[in-house]
Amino acid sequence: MSTIIHEFTTQIPSWRPRVRPIKLNEATPEQLDALKVTPSNTKVSDYVLVLANDVETLKVRTPLFNAIMYNRGGMGRAERELSAVGASVVNRCVYCAAVHASRYNQLTKDEEVMERVFADGEGAELDERQKAIFIFAAKLSRAPSEATQDDMRALRAAGLKDDEILDLILSASLFGWANRLMHTLGDPVIED
Amino acid sequence: MSALSPNDIVITQAHAADSGPVRDALEGRADIMAMTQATHDAALRPADPGGISHGERAALAARIARLNADEDLAVHYLARLEEIAADEDVAALADPARKGEGDARRAALVAYTDLVSTHPRDTTAADIETLKTAGVSDADIVRLSELNAFLAYQIRVIAGLKLMKATA
Repeated sequence: MSTIIHEFTTQIPSWRPRVRPIKLNEATPEQLDALKVTPSNTKVSDYVLVLANDVETLKVRTPLFNAIMYNRGGMGRAERELSAVGASVVNRCVYCAAVHASRYNQLTKDEEVMERVFADGEGAELDERQKAIFIFAAKLSRAPSEATQDDMRALRAAGLKDDEILDLILSASLFGWANRLMHTLGDPVIED
Repeated sequence: MSALSPNDIVITQAHAADSGPVRDALEGRADIMAMTQATHDAALRPADPGGISHGERAALAARIARLNADEDLAVHYLARLEEIAADEDVAALADPARKGEGDARRAALVAYTDLVSTHPRDTTAADIETLKTAGVSDADIVRLSELNAFLAYQIRVIAGLKLMKATA
């Protein structure tokens, strides 16, 4: 048995699909290519097998995701994770929030920020720079029109440069995408 | 490292091609902007559209833009709809006031799109079941979700770039 979880956590749950994942032994060459399945790498998550139903999008989305989250320069990796969590909290994607909060904690060796964010959302007490990043990501996620020039000025006042602000926009927007897949196409579950 | 293409949709929509700090930042992420355009092509004009036609995709994209108060982006997708010469029933999907009346499958596509584009947190398993009951295949449910998810991303990148430019 497994139980669906509804509360934010940094313990990464399992993910149970609501639609049918493709079967690896029935995958087309195009799907195998997008899944990066090789003789030495045959482990593919249910999530990715679900997305392989739309192989053309999966194939181009994976490199986009990696570039936005891991490319060199610009805003630091931990801050991109904070932005991802801002979106995931607003969109209530418990699975995404768990994955990216735990990455934030690993990168920063500081669990307090995520504890506060999970407890108080946009009211969380954070330092000026963390707060400006989190608030911008949350507002842009709720509705694009909610993010304002004042929020942008708060980012600049907190010391973010243009290249960092661009990375913040990209990472928050990317989770507008990821949350709409993860949270709608399946459930976060723990095995009893 | 790819060169920045100033004609990419998010750049033209945000009027971000002019020289200045926003353009400079975009030049530094030219690879990401090129991938962004590639994901647009995969979501809006895939070689294999499955059960969701190019016309339905363009119409739903215009609808999502309108639901997010981005009329300029809606105009862009309406132009694409004309280019495809989609029939009237398909074009009607671009109007948030129309709910796919008289066609259970299209009504389900629209209901899902309206929810996920504005209140994704409220989506439940029942919303996926509604699509299945209306005859939408599992693969098409993934295609519809990717279309919605891509639009959510694209609209936010455009909105963010506009704010960046306004405060540069």
